[in-house]
Amino acid sequence: MEKDTKAFQRIYTKLFQLTKATVSLHATGIGNEELAIVDGRLAQVVKIMEDVVTLQVFAGTEGIANDAEVIFTGKAPTLKVGEGLAGRFFNAYGEPIDGGEIMGEEIEIGGPSVNPVRRKQPSEFIATGIAGIDLNNALVTGQKIPFFADPDQPFNQVMANVALRAEADKIILGGVGLSNDDYLYFKSVFDEAGALDRIVGFINTTENPPVERLLVPDMALSAAEYFAVEKGEKVLVLLTDLTLYADALSIVSNRMDQIPSKDSMPGSLYSDLARLYEKAVQFPDGGSITIIAVTTLSSGDITHAIPDNTGYITEGQLFLRKDSDIGKVIVDPFRSLSRLKQLVIGKKTREDHPQVMNAAVRLYADAANSKTKLENGFDLTDYDERTLEFARAYSEKLLAIDVNVEVEAMLDTAYELFSKHFSPVEVGLKQEFVDKYWKK
Amino acid sequence: MSTIGKVTGIIANLVIVETQDRVAQNEICFIKHDDTRLMAEVIKIMGSKVYVQVFESTRGLKVGSEVEFAGHMLEVTLGPGLLSKNFDGLQNDLDKMTGVFLKRGEYTEPLENDKEYEFEPIAKAGDTVVAGDWLGEAKENWIGHKIMVPFVFTGKYTVKSVTEKGSYKINDTMAVLTDKDGKEHKVTMVQKWPVKVPIRAYTEKPRPFKVLETGVRVFDTLNPIAEGGTGFIPGPFGSGKTVLQHALSKQAEADLVIIAACGERANEVVEIFTEFPELDDPRTGRKLMERTTIIANTSNMPVAAREASVYTAMTIAEYYRSMGLKVLLLADSTSRWAQALREMSNRMEELPGPDGFPMDLPAIISNFYSRAGFVFLNNSETGSITFIGTVSPAGGNLKEPVTESTKKTARCFYALSQQRADSKRYPAIDPIESYSKYLEYPEIVEYLNKQNGENWTKNVLFVKDALLRSKEVYEQINILGDDGVPLDYHITYWKGEVVDFVISQQDAFDKIDQRSEFKRQRYMLEKVVDVLKMDFKFDSFEEVNPYFKNLINQFKQMNYSEFESEEFQNNEKELEVIIQERKVA
Ligand SMILES: Nc1ncnc2c1ncn2[C@@H]1O[C@H](COP(=O)(O)OP(=O)(O)OP(=O)(O)O)[C@@H](O)[C@H]1O
Ligand SMILES: [Mg+2]
Repeated sequence: MEKDTKAFQRIYTKLFQLTKATVSLHATGIGNEELAIVDGRLAQVVKIMEDVVTLQVFAGTEGIANDAEVIFTGKAPTLKVGEGLAGRFFNAYGEPIDGGEIMGEEIEIGGPSVNPVRRKQPSEFIATGIAGIDLNNALVTGQKIPFFADPDQPFNQVMANVALRAEADKIILGGVGLSNDDYLYFKSVFDEAGALDRIVGFINTTENPPVERLLVPDMALSAAEYFAVEKGEKVLVLLTDLTLYADALSIVSNRMDQIPSKDSMPGSLYSDLARLYEKAVQFPDGGSITIIAVTTLSSGDITHAIPDNTGYITEGQLFLRKDSDIGKVIVDPFRSLSRLKQLVIGKKTREDHPQVMNAAVRLYADAANSKTKLENGFDLTDYDERTLEFARAYSEKLLAIDVNVEVEAMLDTAYELFSKHFSPVEVGLKQEFVDKYWKK
Repeated sequence: MSTIGKVTGIIANLVIVETQDRVAQNEICFIKHDDTRLMAEVIKIMGSKVYVQVFESTRGLKVGSEVEFAGHMLEVTLGPGLLSKNFDGLQNDLDKMTGVFLKRGEYTEPLENDKEYEFEPIAKAGDTVVAGDWLGEAKENWIGHKIMVPFVFTGKYTVKSVTEKGSYKINDTMAVLTDKDGKEHKVTMVQKWPVKVPIRAYTEKPRPFKVLETGVRVFDTLNPIAEGGTGFIPGPFGSGKTVLQHALSKQAEADLVIIAACGERANEVVEIFTEFPELDDPRTGRKLMERTTIIANTSNMPVAAREASVYTAMTIAEYYRSMGLKVLLLADSTSRWAQALREMSNRMEELPGPDGFPMDLPAIISNFYSRAGFVFLNNSETGSITFIGTVSPAGGNLKEPVTESTKKTARCFYALSQQRADSKRYPAIDPIESYSKYLEYPEIVEYLNKQNGENWTKNVLFVKDALLRSKEVYEQINILGDDGVPLDYHITYWKGEVVDFVISQQDAFDKIDQRSEFKRQRYMLEKVVDVLKMDFKFDSFEEVNPYFKNLINQFKQMNYSEFESEEFQNNEKELEVIIQERKVA
């Protein structure tokens, strides 16, 4: 049954076991995680027992017969990398979907991790113009952070805006189960901004088989490593939606009869996601990979295994929420957090940034209490009333995602709101900042 | 002749090896793959089938590859030069690795074979010694690094000679010992020890009776951890576990600190690499890095080595404890270690316990915690390992196997609350849920009162009670409304807030506030207790809130100024003015 064709390629034609996602056959000399083509579909070795090799077929096994042709390629999944990647869009297998070949070196995707002692502490502020991010949750190059959002929220729009304003050398879009509309949206936004030559896309849309998605983040991150390591570039990677990635993982582990852990997710979910997110890195020579991802929630539940494990891996999270008082989507200052912000705020931005940020959030929290009081039918004090007015203005002028200004302007706006509604004592800033910046 | 085997099966990093010869549970082996050797550990033996977990990626590995068994368990190398190092979970020196990316199969020397250390003898010819006894001392940074009778030596030995004072390399012979049969054994500055076996070179492990000063008020004042004690910090993501552990590693009154970064973020380790070499250690005037060793198995490093990493860290801690040192061991996060165990147990198709964790998880955790402790060494000197681990409960829910197993064994419980973190009340330790069992030890209470004044414990309990009562009335106020409760309720509520803001909360990022020594904690505790005992006069509840906010703000100014400085005293005077505004004489 075995014939050798090209060097390393071996062909078999007898499958003795087929499941929804896997096929098994007798074969020898096969490497773990090696790629194969099963009946024309891409597959990967997931288990070897003596001469029994089990392959996971990314596109599913529907219609594959037990005499289907299996060609082993002798290598793990790869991507051709080179300058020519820029401006191009690829499928999950790294093949251009806009035609033509890519010239470059072929590298294995999902490669090893960076030695931690070769990393540099992130310290470069990424300005996005969105105050809900820059003022309260400043992002830093080399950071990894997801949007936690309900499926109906405009996370892809926010992400596209962030990407365009972030001054990245390359933007790599990993579309994981992206709707075709959103794919076209990203393309047109980048096109209109004249940024297409800085974009590389790896796209799996909802029309493609779900298990194929598992390759997309690794493809995107391998391309990112090429630009960050070889070219010393600042790379921003957008991964949307990693909830669909985790779902694909659970499909595979389920079909492989693995014991599921919480929420039917594989027990290795934490490691699987960490392997991706930890590709975010700042190198000493200036190259960096920043990852902004999307984790969609089901009915806002962040204790579900996917957002929960994500939260334990990433350096914070950005929550989008519709503020019904102002009728706009805002970046929720309570649940959102950028863990790396202290590396830049007040250092790369104005000295009073941390204090202003904290004071505003504290007052916003007071407003939330006042609101609860109001809803419970209690009388409000004068202070309560003022916090409510402040909260509304704060939401409108700073938290809303359509804000686009510089950090200085955000801080000035904050002082305007403070002085309009409160006394300096109520705001509780350091005296030197009050003297310097308080609007009289 | 070492045992040889052959790979017959591969499922992720679980590899099945066929061999007819002698192998031992937990034995280390190396799998040949192209021109590299992948390290692995035996985890199950079924007849001629040996199950091994590979500490590296198995990509490309083929059935039929040759396996060589090493004849020993996973060991660490112990000797001068461990301090200031950045190791991976298997004790490879990360700084010695070449290239930007970790290469599988690249293993590096943990110590410096060519570096010379100043050595001075302690034992002399004719002395009778046993394992762990001090033969001499090498200068490692500022620590007198004891060169000991290797822990693997059993029974009594007579010292034949100890090398004289001078500079030597770690593999030089520092002493010659004669065993009872008259056979001679050379001792160098290095020895090896299997990480899963506790080092027991001590005579006694008493109940801890001293407190480890951490500089963190929620610990020292409210829930002190004993020197040689155990504690754990469970909390949902983002609640402040790592920030708290970093604060402990910077501030605590330990001779040295060992940090096991276990399955967490690489950037957090980089933060230590970057900051510790710059930060001063107030105790020695040297850099913090000089008392720190990092064991890094970050979340993207091979999962199997994660389990090893905590044992590697513990063994290094035990080694330094045997030198009579006060060691603080921190592990972040022990949940990742438990998850690594779960992944492997699932791959082996073992019968799963709750949430898919191995059935013996509680035993594994408690065995590990039991390796901490305060000890009397053979020469009546003392040493200690204080161990604090973090736990990352799934969904933030404390009813899960890792938290529950740890709670049974660790004596201090520092529960981080999502709600407190959301309202930025850092450190977000829930002051009511958390506890230190050591506060129930009479010897600890006595120690604290002796050190901090006879009223100390009484005051501590008093402020804890104030927190509890504040919480109770707060619930009442929420139900009945501000004007639906007596004015007193508001005052009780705010007095609890004073304790919360002035004692519980502490700014980990402020140069001054981040570290509060006992002397200062005592001063502030007494000040807070004074205020709590005062009666205040208000005409309406509306006056209470702004008054106490102002009072708290002034207290915080004190926390932010250097203790006993002019600024501190001025702030205190201003506080006095505020107090007098409302105080009923
Ligand atoms: N004591 C503190 N003072 C000020 N900010 C803090 C403090 N503790 C935590 N934070 C804030 O919370 C963020 C998260 O803290 P930390 O990284 O310690 O969380 P964690 O519990 O370790 O989370 P994870 O489980 O995801 O690792 C920090 O980046 C910081 O912004
Ligand atoms: Mg942490």
